[in-house]
Amino acid sequence: MGVNHVKCECGHINPEGTVLCEACGKPIEKNQHIDGNENKKLLNMRYDGASRRSQTYNQSIVDKIWNFFSSVRNGVILIVIALVASGIGTIFPQEMYIPEEAVNRDPAVFYEDWYGIFGKIYYQLGLHNLYSSWWYMILIALIGVSLVICSIDRFVPLRRALKMQKPKRHYTFLSRQRLFSNSGNVSEEDKKKVVDRLKKKRYKITDENGYILAEKNRFSRWGPYVNHIGLIIVLLAALVRMSPIMFLDDYVWVREGEQKVLPSTDSEYFIENKKFTLETYDAEDEENEKFKDAIEQQGMIEKNYQTDAVIYKAKDKEIAGEEEELEKVKEGSLQMNKPMKFDGYTLYQSGYQENEFSDMTFGIYETDEEDGDSLGEVTIDTLKPDQEYETDSGFNVEVVQFYPEYEMKDGEPRSISKFPRNPAFVLEVTPPDSDESELSFVGIGKNIDATGENDYKLQIQDYNQRYVSGITVRKDYTIPFFIIGAAIFLIGVMQGMYWYHRRIWINPDEKGMLLAAHTNKNWYGIKKDIEYAIQDTDFQMVTDQEEEKEMEDDTREV
Amino acid sequence: MGSLIEVSRTALYIAFILYLVATLFFGATIKDKRTADMSKKGVAGTIGISVTILGFLAQLVYFITRWVAGGHAPVSNMFEFVTFLGMSLVLGFIILYFIYRLGVLGLFALPISMLIIAYASMFPTDISPLVPSLQSNWLYIHVTTVSLSQGILAISFVAGLIYLVRQVDQTVRNKKNVWLEIIMYLLIVSLGFVIVSSYFTATDYQATFEVPNGEDVSEVNFDMPAITGPKGGEMVSDGKMSPFFSTPDWFQGDGAPKKFNTLIWSFLIGTVIYGIIRLILRKRIAAKIQPLLHRVSPNLVDEVMYRSVTIGFPLFTLGGLIFASIWAQIAWDRFWGWDPKEVWALVTWFFYAAFLHLRLSRGWHGEKSAWLAVIGFAIIMFNIIVVNLVLAGLHSYA
Ligand code: HEM
Repeated sequence: MGVNHVKCECGHINPEGTVLCEACGKPIEKNQHIDGNENKKLLNMRYDGASRRSQTYNQSIVDKIWNFFSSVRNGVILIVIALVASGIGTIFPQEMYIPEEAVNRDPAVFYEDWYGIFGKIYYQLGLHNLYSSWWYMILIALIGVSLVICSIDRFVPLRRALKMQKPKRHYTFLSRQRLFSNSGNVSEEDKKKVVDRLKKKRYKITDENGYILAEKNRFSRWGPYVNHIGLIIVLLAALVRMSPIMFLDDYVWVREGEQKVLPSTDSEYFIENKKFTLETYDAEDEENEKFKDAIEQQGMIEKNYQTDAVIYKAKDKEIAGEEEELEKVKEGSLQMNKPMKFDGYTLYQSGYQENEFSDMTFGIYETDEEDGDSLGEVTIDTLKPDQEYETDSGFNVEVVQFYPEYEMKDGEPRSISKFPRNPAFVLEVTPPDSDESELSFVGIGKNIDATGENDYKLQIQDYNQRYVSGITVRKDYTIPFFIIGAAIFLIGVMQGMYWYHRRIWINPDEKGMLLAAHTNKNWYGIKKDIEYAIQDTDFQMVTDQEEEKEMEDDTREV
Repeated sequence: MGSLIEVSRTALYIAFILYLVATLFFGATIKDKRTADMSKKGVAGTIGISVTILGFLAQLVYFITRWVAGGHAPVSNMFEFVTFLGMSLVLGFIILYFIYRLGVLGLFALPISMLIIAYASMFPTDISPLVPSLQSNWLYIHVTTVSLSQGILAISFVAGLIYLVRQVDQTVRNKKNVWLEIIMYLLIVSLGFVIVSSYFTATDYQATFEVPNGEDVSEVNFDMPAITGPKGGEMVSDGKMSPFFSTPDWFQGDGAPKKFNTLIWSFLIGTVIYGIIRLILRKRIAAKIQPLLHRVSPNLVDEVMYRSVTIGFPLFTLGGLIFASIWAQIAWDRFWGWDPKEVWALVTWFFYAAFLHLRLSRGWHGEKSAWLAVIGFAIIMFNIIVVNLVLAGLHSYA
């Protein structure tokens, strides 16, 4: 570390910025301000007075950035900002959660429509897409950076200091520990007794010329660093997820009986929807007796929906344009909570629509006759209507216009979507052996004769509806990283929280037999250990110098 | 089947009564002049904890019988979930009692748990069947772990509250003791909610409004007299109180006017009760309790507060984030979707992470920590009440 080393009176050479000598613990005069030890009775033992980069250098811009991110205070501020921002994003629904029943789901309209002026501001500030906004992502990234720098800034020196430590400690170091006692003259025997008992309590003993260090659970000090590594892995996994190689996500609607290419698979895979099933809880069923009240209150409650599907793979993709040869890969059913997996892809049952028509049958009647028989019938496939139909009786019906989801807007007929949820047709009917055709407009509950002079009218005879199954297509190679990260995080948290790093020093000094102790947490526990170790010896119980101080404060208060 | 549900219901009542009895015994641990050190166990404390455990067992009977009767773990609606939270809080208390033997913890923890269970009982108690997304074992694992962790984190609030009542200066009015008193007041408001709900349910109050809804008219039933009514609503029941004003427009969501009305009632009754108590005590409530806690060691209470966070935080991470993701992955096909419940789990987690950092690295012990524990509990309650009833109602879950 260059020229600025600090040599302690014990002979140890410490790096610049050291607060307590790494070997003997004697406070290094000029650096006491760093850990706030001046005018304090007790020493700050948080990082054993080791030299931390952030506390030592503050010149270059790199130093300044490093110092900013290694401050826990700043880290906590970042966390609190993220916390508040996250909360704000739930005031109104995010864009993806705009309710189905909203009249207009265009965010530019929806927020103002539903929430008035606040909604408008919310939208204009971009809060309707908060969690994918650049500033939110930067905020999370900053927490990540802070995590890394903060950990390095402490881990490296702390590890070094704990490695360097010697059992023989300077008097100032020992007497300024929170737990300390000076027992005067104590026999070697008593000392041995105490050491043996500490051994029994699974302390590791280092004995150097009669100076004792008893230490246990040092590994727990690494807990926070381990858990932070876990968090970093999770953040990196989230980052990698943005690449399509690691993660893809698509959605497809497949009608019963339909075969479709699975999106985002390079047209390699196809899905066929054999059958869709929707089950609801039947209040009459004896088994559901206990749910009766709830069903009555809430109306229909879904029990299961599932798609029986077959997956095919295109065998040969080389000959473009030619009918592809398909090979069956998998057959089975998809249910909510029970996805289907094949070749790295996962298919999830995500939703369904039940109001689509698959076909409609029209009958042709004479306009004047009220209850006449039908003169012929045509069945039109509402997914892909033919251009022309011919009835057995020789009527020709031509599809002039097709509105899959018909709506009248500003006096003009139009279709809101391409899905046959409310099909309507303009049909041109030509009777057998005639050249004179006439136009009719027909749909659900609509039958309009444009001229009013038609000889024939069309009426819906029959129709079939079918379910459309909504299926999510997903490939995700990032999940293992999230799992590993989460596991490491939890291990680290437990490592740091459920074990305590305890150290007890026993130093025969010219002032008497000194005993001092430090733990990072749970002082009650270490006092118990000491009480146990020194029972029926001449050792004096340590005084808790912080509690003493508190009591003084307490009496002052009264 | 019917009788099993009956058993379940009775067991819950018994648990409730036992918690009440146990509270009285823990109260006696304070009065007991002979035990100078509150953390040493006395007779009253031993009886108190025994009765608490009996109550917990009774509640376990409630839980198991309801599970058998319904065919699925009873954590699937508000009543079941919140009741379970009350039970977790008691469990958290029992665990920490055996670590620290701190009787005064029961004196505060049990009434809060009772308040939570009473609150739960105000929701429909029918056993409901499960919609597809809820038919997964991961749901139970997730919900029970979250609830358990929240119960244990709530103990840190209880400890924080004890710490504040014990330590905050009550000689002259200041910002701190006013805030502390607001906490007391809010606890009484939730009692007010239980009282009004029970009263109007018992008297079977019904008032019906007709509210224009687009081109249709829909009916809205109020089960409390309407102080505030739905906008444009017309009262169709005879002889019922008409609302004084209509609920503002921007109270969106399912049944917003009704919830708002209930809120007003709770505050009204809570305020009246609080006023009466103040008249009798002639002191802030916290100031009245303070001398009783004189022999409680603040250091020990602080330790309990931290210890419960160290148990609750990893458990919350596991249940609220990890198990939740696993379930979401299986049920909704994405493990994280930024829906309000998920976001608020994250907010809670961030908050307790901040709590730990401030404590470990910035030395926020004692009073500062105690205030944080109170805020943490407020966030948890916000999760359970506001997120479930207000925010989540804004969008339909898939
Ligand atoms: C959401 C993000 C974070 C989580 C969940 C987290 C979690 C934790 C946990 C559980 C501990 C152990 C606490 C204890 O044992 O009481 C810890 C310690 C610590 N964390 Fe974090 N942390 C996060 C972010 C950060 C950031 C941004 C920084 C840097 C500014 C940071 C710096 C530290 C430090 C310095 C310690 C103490 C290490 C020690 O003194 O032994 N953490 N963290």
